[in-house]
Amino acid sequence: MGALHIVVCIKQVPDSAQIRVHPIYNTIMRQGVPTIINPYDLFALEAALQLRDQFGGAVTVLTMGPPMAEESLRKALAFGADRAVLLTDRAFAGSDTLATTFALASAVSKIGETWGTPDIVFCGKQTIDGDTAQVGPGIASRLELNQLTYVAKISKLDLEAGAIEVERRAEGGTQLLSTKLPALVTMLEGSNEMRRGSLACALAAAQAEITVWNAAAAGIEDLLNCGLKGSPTIVKKVFAPGAHTVRAQQIELQDRNADDIARDLLDQIFIRQPQVEADLMRMASGQ
Amino acid sequence: MSDAPRPAASRANTKKELPERFRNHRHVWVFVEYEHGRIHPVSLELIGEARKLADKLGVEVAGVLLGGSEPEMREAAAQASQFGADLNYIIADPILTDYRNQPYTKALTELVETYKPEILLLGATTLGRDLAGSVATTLRTGLTADCTELAIDDERSLAATRPTFGGSLLCTIHTLNFRPQMATVRPRVMAMPEADPSRVGRVVMHPLGMMEDDIVTKVMGFLADRESATAQLAYADIVVAGGLGLRSRENFQLVRDLAAVLGGEYGGSRPLVAKGWITADRQIGQTGKTIRPKLYIAAGISGAIQHRVGVEGADLIVAINIDPSAQIFDFAHLGVIGDAIEILPALTRAFQARLSVNRLAG
Ligand SMILES: Cc1cc2nc3c(=O)[nH]c(=O)nc-3n(C[C@H](O)[C@H](O)[C@H](O)COP(=O)(O)OP(=O)(O)OC[C@H]3O[C@@H](n4cnc5c(N)ncnc54)[C@H](O)[C@@H]3O)c2cc1C
Repeated sequence: MGALHIVVCIKQVPDSAQIRVHPIYNTIMRQGVPTIINPYDLFALEAALQLRDQFGGAVTVLTMGPPMAEESLRKALAFGADRAVLLTDRAFAGSDTLATTFALASAVSKIGETWGTPDIVFCGKQTIDGDTAQVGPGIASRLELNQLTYVAKISKLDLEAGAIEVERRAEGGTQLLSTKLPALVTMLEGSNEMRRGSLACALAAAQAEITVWNAAAAGIEDLLNCGLKGSPTIVKKVFAPGAHTVRAQQIELQDRNADDIARDLLDQIFIRQPQVEADLMRMASGQ
Repeated sequence: MSDAPRPAASRANTKKELPERFRNHRHVWVFVEYEHGRIHPVSLELIGEARKLADKLGVEVAGVLLGGSEPEMREAAAQASQFGADLNYIIADPILTDYRNQPYTKALTELVETYKPEILLLGATTLGRDLAGSVATTLRTGLTADCTELAIDDERSLAATRPTFGGSLLCTIHTLNFRPQMATVRPRVMAMPEADPSRVGRVVMHPLGMMEDDIVTKVMGFLADRESATAQLAYADIVVAGGLGLRSRENFQLVRDLAAVLGGEYGGSRPLVAKGWITADRQIGQTGKTIRPKLYIAAGISGAIQHRVGVEGADLIVAINIDPSAQIFDFAHLGVIGDAIEILPALTRAFQARLSVNRLAG
């Protein structure tokens, strides 16, 4: 096996803490909302950089998005990635997760043809705007990569044997898995801490040439699998969560002290939830 | 670009024209997650939800059970039937003892292709999400993650509603022209149905048709979490939580004290995780745990939408907040406008006093 090659898929997302919804049209007001690299993707990028630092080789970052997504690629280069690919085409607009994984998987294949087949493809656990956690598994299925999701730790990488061992977050515990390369890994949050990019990397990133591919350049001939046409799901309705009509019943304060208020509150709780009272009384009497 | 909700008008193919090959797809399926000797409760919650959808469609509910031992699977199937499954498809093979993506994907995909459901629901657990993404991609069908509401529309399609953009909006998603229509739902989002011990269902056994040598990934071990606080919080009957209004890590102890007296669990809003006052598995809300306790007490929490969606299933929500206009009073049932740092210990004392009276009497 040649030098280690890792592809990291990242997404540029609006900083959701700053998203505002138009009060009448229920549309997202994107103007002025800063964009960031999806925070979960940083754990994937850092994991990839650590492996590259240890084993040599190269990290290619890939994003699909509008032309302005280039900004997130430059940030990734500033952290230390070796090259960046922007996949951008109007044909991808409106992609759901199935169409997204078609485009990204095509681009990963093209990256493989151009710079060597990747040993590992990394993704974040999920995005903060879509929250689906489907894109990683989708890419793995399409490229027949061995799928390792919610990885908390890469315990071992053996390039000679083409083998990888990881700790994976499962329900109620940690699964220790071993599999063969090539693999797709989605990293769990908190699994590492993003490095500060070096000054040299930052300067290089500003100058770096970013590879920009449209659908054809990524080897996609059939646009039927892309964008709206390639998306089995449709969004029929977008709406704001309904307001409750009944507000909370307030416990009267009447200048009473905290203990009196608390006793009043306790009585109200028991009146509304006799079951809670019964359970607590049973617990208290040691039954 | 991806995931972004768009109004229907801009979508190319918004009409339902189900291709011939999908017209014989029938019935609502639930993938019944079985691990370490038990069914994950989210699967039973989903059977309850599937029952409602199936009744609306006039079709059956089927569970899918994959595992290592046939007797165990049959027993689990019997339980699934008590909760509402009319029949259960079982694949029992030692290869399926521990969850691995490759054989589980093959097993579920093959069952779908053979028996053709119209709807397939999975729990949005680490297992369910890992599996659902692979199965939907293999089948080239639509999958809607983390739904908060499932319904059947006028055209007999599944209308799957989920929060989007960090919970600030909801969107309803349809998979009109592909089958099955797939969706995942997080634990505790749907209510647990009542079991009916007299209910029995049919069982259909199916072979796996794989050899261990075909499977690349090996499970080397499983380290169970020491304290399963996660599960306890999601399934606790009483939860007490604090927010930034408590002002300091020391004051958060007041929340733990009340939870302890009530025999409940404690949790908090998301900023407390960032501050290190609580661990991430204690976070309540859209990106944390969804809870459905009988009693939820929120102290010093403003009630942002991302928090609200995680607690709305509680039977009784009590809010303590110093600000009369705090959003939490919009959806709480009982409110106290006051300083949580005074009210919490007073409430702990009040419960202690009341419960010790009972101890003397009892
Ligand atoms: C994508 C995304 C996902 C998110 N997911 C979650 C999630 O899962 N869970 C979650 O909780 N949040 C989540 N959030 C954050 C959420 O938007 C809010 O910022 C957060 O819930 C606020 O936490 P808080 O109520 O503790 O703090 P604040 O909003 O600061 O509220 C503090 C409250 O305490 C009150 N207060 C102050 N002093 C006192 C006192 N002495 N006594 C009583 N009351 C007092 C104040 O009046 C105020 O209402 C998410 C945000 C985003 C963007």
